[in-house]
Amino acid sequence: MSAAATQTGLFDCRDAYVATLETLAAADNRIVAVVNDSVGSSKLGKFRETFSERLVNVGIAEQNMVGVGAGLANGGKIPFVSGAACFITARALEQIKTDIGYSDANVKLCGISSGVAYGELGPTHHSIEDIAWLRAMGNITILVPSDPWETEQAIRAAAANEGPVFIRISRMGVPALERPADARFEIGKAEVLRAGGDAAIIANGTMVCRALEAAKALAADGMAARVVNMASMAPLDEAAVLAAAETGAIVTVEEGVVRGGLGGAIAEIVAQHTPCKMKMLGFPGFLPTGSAEFLMAHYGLTADNIAASVRGLLGR
Amino acid sequence: MPDELSFDDRIAHVRARALWVRRRAFRMVYEARQGHPGGDMSATDILAALYFDVMRYDPANPRDPGRDRFIMSKGHCTGALYSTLAAAGFFPEEELCSYMQPLSRLNGHPNCTKLPGVETNTGPLGHGVPVAVGLAIAGQIDKADYRVFVLTGDGELQEGSIWEAAMTAGHRKLANLTLIVDRNTLQQGARTEETVGLEPLADKWRAFGWDVAECDGHDLAALLPLLDRSAPRERPRAIIARTVKGKGVSFMEDQASWHHGVPNTAQFEQAMRELVA
Repeated sequence: MSAAATQTGLFDCRDAYVATLETLAAADNRIVAVVNDSVGSSKLGKFRETFSERLVNVGIAEQNMVGVGAGLANGGKIPFVSGAACFITARALEQIKTDIGYSDANVKLCGISSGVAYGELGPTHHSIEDIAWLRAMGNITILVPSDPWETEQAIRAAAANEGPVFIRISRMGVPALERPADARFEIGKAEVLRAGGDAAIIANGTMVCRALEAAKALAADGMAARVVNMASMAPLDEAAVLAAAETGAIVTVEEGVVRGGLGGAIAEIVAQHTPCKMKMLGFPGFLPTGSAEFLMAHYGLTADNIAASVRGLLGR
Repeated sequence: MPDELSFDDRIAHVRARALWVRRRAFRMVYEARQGHPGGDMSATDILAALYFDVMRYDPANPRDPGRDRFIMSKGHCTGALYSTLAAAGFFPEEELCSYMQPLSRLNGHPNCTKLPGVETNTGPLGHGVPVAVGLAIAGQIDKADYRVFVLTGDGELQEGSIWEAAMTAGHRKLANLTLIVDRNTLQQGARTEETVGLEPLADKWRAFGWDVAECDGHDLAALLPLLDRSAPRERPRAIIARTVKGKGVSFMEDQASWHHGVPNTAQFEQAMRELVA
């Protein structure tokens, strides 16, 4: 997929994930997929047909799945451990800590249908605490791609970089973002998708397209809001955060809990180095019943509310 | 291990190393004023059999892709593990003096990112078996000839993750995998059978698709043939090694209180007098 391609319609990032994984697996027999009876929800049916020996289904057993991933890595494989984000992180958190993080294992944890994608199924199936939990461990690279192109880049970067990685892969429809032809994805680097000096909106994942929409609306009212895509949650691009703080106003937007998530991470840096006004948009905790779109609207994760939050900080 | 040695010579060689490991592990706990000496002593003969007879490895090249792997799922028994790894040449024996000292590589539980010879980090129970299963699957995919060994405690078998992994290993017929249960019948507070019973333990492993053997875990003549890395297999093997917690030190043997007990000077001197053969 060309970075320059402008596509209409919405995309499911799982498709980019599996297409990329199949391409990588064809070229490198170290690539294996590990699943917890999640071949369908991870869209790995074709991978299983093509690379049957390299699809390890451990059944409904997430602790085992993550440990098996660590063992495969010790045996020289590059395992992509794929399962619903809520289970792979919460259920197997101690395995992620001990077998993957602390052991510095070369395992790629793919949290499928992250955030509130499973809206009506409720808080057991939401994965909104995942970033806060994994970020606390310190050595796990955390990637939250925003669209199909970035998902492909994140998967490629994860495979190419030795060490533990967690990647959020959303099933929510997102547009393919417009990027310059020479756009590059780099772990630890933020991407400025729109320039602006009046305020900065820092977002990642499914929230980036909404941030861009908000910035357009603000521009129509004469406010230049920078849009920073923080797909690399960890390591975090501190220079980009400090530059954003220079505008004097930052709004963070994430499909997750603010505590310990993107908002928390940005605030840690800003508070210590360049205090500025901040508004953090995200979820408060266990959520009520509703579709993903309902929940996002209910908690203000919309272009309108992002724009309103910027206006609020600027007093305009 | 050189093939030219007779079986008796092999046993004598392992026994001598096991004695050294026991004495060294006990001294480590005595000097550090903490540790898990009861389990160190029950596991020592199994570790010695693996590292000084059964396994194929090169301590100068600890990440050799073709090496046999050993995973200490009962990661709290680092006195025995570190003494064994030092005796096997993975790091200098003198370093054992730094056990649990500030900034030492010899943490209370093993850290593979610091210490050569450690394959994965353990300590919380139930972690080693899934990792061993993943390794065995990697070997199966690659048709590699390395073997994977994992040592668990018996109380540890109360962890659900063990049985998740056991099911996977049985289902995939991981014949390159050998699990040894250090069956000393004691967990930290009481007998396993008084806490949450494990018996009939052999039947449990069989029901999960494993080939099961039982033996005296201190009888090297029984252990070595069961651990044989070249014997053809069709299934993963579980060896239930009947052991004695605190083995070799009279006042420690079969006492739950020595799970993480620390010897005083008189006890240390008595143990050194007893651990001579």
